[in-house]
Amino acid sequence: MAQLTNALEATGLRAKPGLMERIDLPRRVVFLAAASMIAIVALLLAFIFWQGIQLFVKDGQPIGAIFDSTWNPLADTPEFGILPFILGTLVVTAGALLISTPLSVGVALFLSEVAPNWAKSVVQPALEIFVGIPSVVWGWLGITVLVPWLSDTFPNKIAISMPLVGQVFSMPGFLTGFSWLAGSLVLSIMVLPTITSVSYDAFRAVPQELRTGSLALGTTRWQTIRHLLIPSALSGVLTAVVLGMTRAAGEALAVQMVIGNSPTLPAAITQPVTTLTSQITLDMGNTVFGEPWQDALWTMSLVLLIISVSSVVLVRLINKRRIGQ
Amino acid sequence: MTATARPAPGRSMAPRPSLRSKTSRGSILADRVATVALWATGMFVLVLLGSIIVHFAVAAWGVVSPSFLLSDPSGETLGGIMPVLWNSIYMLVLTMLIAVPVGILGGIYMSEYAPDNALTGAIRFAEESISSVPSIVVGLFGLILFVDNAHWGFTALAGALALTFFNLPLMTRLAEQALRAVPQDERSASLALGATKWQTIRHVVVPLAIPGLITGVILTAGRVFGEAAVLLFTSGLGTPPHYNFTNFDLTSPVSPWSPFRPATTLSVYIYKLNSEGLGAFKNQIVDGSAAVLISMVLLFNLGARFVGRLLTRRMTAS
Repeated sequence: MAQLTNALEATGLRAKPGLMERIDLPRRVVFLAAASMIAIVALLLAFIFWQGIQLFVKDGQPIGAIFDSTWNPLADTPEFGILPFILGTLVVTAGALLISTPLSVGVALFLSEVAPNWAKSVVQPALEIFVGIPSVVWGWLGITVLVPWLSDTFPNKIAISMPLVGQVFSMPGFLTGFSWLAGSLVLSIMVLPTITSVSYDAFRAVPQELRTGSLALGTTRWQTIRHLLIPSALSGVLTAVVLGMTRAAGEALAVQMVIGNSPTLPAAITQPVTTLTSQITLDMGNTVFGEPWQDALWTMSLVLLIISVSSVVLVRLINKRRIGQ
Repeated sequence: MTATARPAPGRSMAPRPSLRSKTSRGSILADRVATVALWATGMFVLVLLGSIIVHFAVAAWGVVSPSFLLSDPSGETLGGIMPVLWNSIYMLVLTMLIAVPVGILGGIYMSEYAPDNALTGAIRFAEESISSVPSIVVGLFGLILFVDNAHWGFTALAGALALTFFNLPLMTRLAEQALRAVPQDERSASLALGATKWQTIRHVVVPLAIPGLITGVILTAGRVFGEAAVLLFTSGLGTPPHYNFTNFDLTSPVSPWSPFRPATTLSVYIYKLNSEGLGAFKNQIVDGSAAVLISMVLLFNLGARFVGRLLTRRMTAS
């Protein structure tokens, strides 16, 4: 394009650039608009980092103390162990991914390999509507439908016994329904569109010739999916799961509404747990700026930020490997 | 997830039964089972969405009415959600006023100018990073930046700026995609006529990208409208006062038109009612509010599709 412009200028077909054109104001303006995102990220990292280390710098808590399992900000000697929140976030997210990944990859395969056009043209918009449903609405559905159902259906101890061996597994029933499982179930639906759409793109990116070749060898469609599509699209599916994980770990309100918010280490899927996001949401409004309790909440948001930035790096690594192959 | 024009999926290419004799019965059975299972996952999505819509239609029946939409909340009776609905719309407009121009300009840079260098890489990394930062953390950033450090307190403007931060990457990416979809030939033709690069962008590329840009704006708007976690600690979660719509003082802390006042939105209101757990009509109000939110989401989605399709038809026909 530049060569063309130069050629036109040389032949006099195009006027020499004037002052305004040489300064190229539009270019500068649109650059600033795009670069503003760098400024936002830099400021966000700086502020959250600074606030997040106050617990150690100003309040003199040893860094190791946050990995303690006791959270008691109101005691005479307050304890700010945030391990219950970190573990809570991890287990609730893991539960959501365990439920959501097979389902989402199934929907993605359905859309890319199986669905006739009419089915595609209703399932895809349905997924887009899922993305748009606000998290408070998911949380409210959790409270009014899922939580009562869980506590009504499994109120008693759940135990599995086998002949000869005896009882192999047991856990308490749902007392109230507010639980780890409720959180994971709500999240699994919330991350379904994310995992589905990214895996769908990965499956669509597999060249059609490979499918045709495989089918021409006499394989069934399922054999093609299992032995060709899933291995070829694996890095894309992994990216999808990491993105789903990020969304699940960062989701605040829907989770807070259904997990019961008990600051103890996760024990069973039927029991209340808590997460980083839900504790921040609950406590931030009740604390005063600068007090150790609030500083601990900022430390928790720093942990969240570290989780999310590392997932961006992880996604980049996964994709770099794919390009390198 | 755009529909791609590709040959039909594998099904149509499956060999005829006679050629398939070597395929074992077991693998054919597995194929049938897998097909049924994949159909089941797809239908699950539809059934779930259908049940959610039916659930809220039933729950909101008898709650959502013109008076529910147009009156103030009340302690003793059902009351209404007018102030919070107003705030949601107000916050949406305020946010889009900032996010749309910045996002489209940023999209123009990324699509038309951005060289393949480290700086562009940094912008992309920033874009991905903000998209992955939890909304509650973006809200806390707004809290520390505007509410605490700038001493604004809980204000609509603080909330709108935090929402802009959160949604700018989405708006920029959608704008970039819309602009990239404009064929290269259009640019070459314009430049060959002697237009400058900026004239080409302004008079050729952007007009051709308008359908895609509008779809992007509507999709972003849908996300802004329902967001709550960003707003809890930036625009506040108090019960809104009775708004006097004849008060046009834009610096007033009580005027509904002013950006310098707390603004509890519909989503935040749902969260607030649920966490306070008070009031005889709590469940009805929340069901009604959730139904209104879902209807808006449906409207935004259908609107984006309809407007996008309509404009594409108009512009390609002319």
